[in-house]
Amino acid sequence: MTLPHTVRIREIRDETRTIRTFVLDAEVPEAEPGQFIMLWLPGVDEKPMSVACPTPLTLTVARVGPFTTALCERRVGDQVGWRGPYGRGFSLHKDQLALLVSGGCGVGPLYFLATQAVTRGIPTTVALGARTALDLPYVEQFRALGVDLILATDDGSLGYKGPVTDAILQSAICNSQSAIYACGPEPMLVAVHRLCRERAIPGQLSLERYMKCGFGICGQCAMDGYLVCQDGPVFDVEQLDGLRDFGRAQRSATGRRLPIR
Amino acid sequence: MKPETAKPETPSAVDISATLCGVRLPNPTVLTSGVLGLSHEIMVRVARAGAGGVTTKSCSLKPRPGYPNPTILDWGPGLINAVGLSNPGVEVMVEEIRAAKEELAPLGVPVIASIFAETIYDFGTVARFISEAQPDLIEVNISCPNIDDRYRQMFAANPYVAGQVTRRVKQNTDIPVLVKLSPNVTDVAQIARAVVEAGADGITAINSLGPGLILDIETCRPVLAHGTGGVSGPATRPIAVRCVRDICQAVDVPVVAVGGVTTGRDSVEMILVGATAVGIGSAVYYRGMAVFRQVCEELRDYMERHGYGALKEFRGRAAAIRF
Repeated sequence: MTLPHTVRIREIRDETRTIRTFVLDAEVPEAEPGQFIMLWLPGVDEKPMSVACPTPLTLTVARVGPFTTALCERRVGDQVGWRGPYGRGFSLHKDQLALLVSGGCGVGPLYFLATQAVTRGIPTTVALGARTALDLPYVEQFRALGVDLILATDDGSLGYKGPVTDAILQSAICNSQSAIYACGPEPMLVAVHRLCRERAIPGQLSLERYMKCGFGICGQCAMDGYLVCQDGPVFDVEQLDGLRDFGRAQRSATGRRLPIR
Repeated sequence: MKPETAKPETPSAVDISATLCGVRLPNPTVLTSGVLGLSHEIMVRVARAGAGGVTTKSCSLKPRPGYPNPTILDWGPGLINAVGLSNPGVEVMVEEIRAAKEELAPLGVPVIASIFAETIYDFGTVARFISEAQPDLIEVNISCPNIDDRYRQMFAANPYVAGQVTRRVKQNTDIPVLVKLSPNVTDVAQIARAVVEAGADGITAINSLGPGLILDIETCRPVLAHGTGGVSGPATRPIAVRCVRDICQAVDVPVVAVGGVTTGRDSVEMILVGATAVGIGSAVYYRGMAVFRQVCEELRDYMERHGYGALKEFRGRAAAIRF
């Protein structure tokens, strides 16, 4: 049974000006990095959110629209609902170096993945991209994990000046000895996809689409022949070759395909 | 590209094909409207996974965003939903159906276009529009329980209104028409007679039950954003079987039996009370897209055990039994 479990918010942390982390009074030990839960704000809406930590259930959210704005108005002790986990997450290649590429709020599931990679002894580099130094989330948390960090900002206020996907090109580990795991805005994922295919690097990308059920029956998240909720949200780069909608279109609440950005 | 690539059919002496209003189905399982029927790629995938027919999500004249989430939830014995008939509008669905038809014709899997409108008049307009895509059948959804206050009375709740909608659709298309009925009426047979008299070529029954209401007892709120929602899945099957029996006894048109069918056993039950085909919707949640092939295999097993070579040999067999 997957009615939403209603729990209280245990802790709220500001990561950046627009990114906030919510720790819930809940545990989802079975969740894997890249899987998502459906987060319910009673009276508002319910949206898919990637798990940043399963125990306690932690979500890192960027304020981008009405739902996330309403979420950011919630205080410690307020009630939210969740159900899940759903979807196909990341699976670490055990013989490849791990290169995690994050844009914006894509950082949550990648932090979860980084903790798993470090536990398994996989040498890990995390590349974080944002607009400015003030918008880079989780820098301290990743430092504490002991992973190598590549930072990139659009304005050059910290690290490489330019897109994170350009920053990793300069890195010595951007080759077929590594595997790339990425989450972030779809144009960034398109760039990562191209890079992986050009350099024969195994890659897994976490995508986002408008969802209703989250468990594979409404069809709302259809992207070409895939259901993002069940076949994804994490896809191997090979699966995304030649798709009509990847990087180009996503469905609205009506089901109409609308251009991305 | 997909895991559900079509397996060659295992040779079997048992023929499970069905004919629905003159349209051949390779097997009697049909994807029910509202489940996965939004895009042609996914409908093709469902057909490759073994469905004998696919029904599109109900479309209306104009796009509808539907209700906010939660819209679909698993409550244990079944699902509850209040999607609010979200759809991209008939223009978009015409293109989806065209694309689906092109890919499904070689597989011999027909496409059923489900339509919905807010007025009797508009049902005719949507039917005319959707016919441009040449779906194999049109299903007229007059029975969604998740309706705004304006249409609190379902079209399917009143025999006169149900007949008027049917007549209007029939005047606007040459494609065979199925009318989808609701279980939420005192006498479903009376509604069935009214739509058949008005020209329905077949009936689909049942739509989801209710509406029902489930609360979140911590926040004292309904779990669905809309509040109430249609109940579907295994919990509703006994009601669906009874409705299909009532309809099959009342009218002489093919019936697509929908309501909680999850296994071959359930499909047999529907055929025994007279169904020509069986809709599968919520069961996609319980068994994945493989449910179509699984139900067919289980149906074949039953037929082999009983020495049946074709569905017609046991269709309606239970209708002769006095209850």
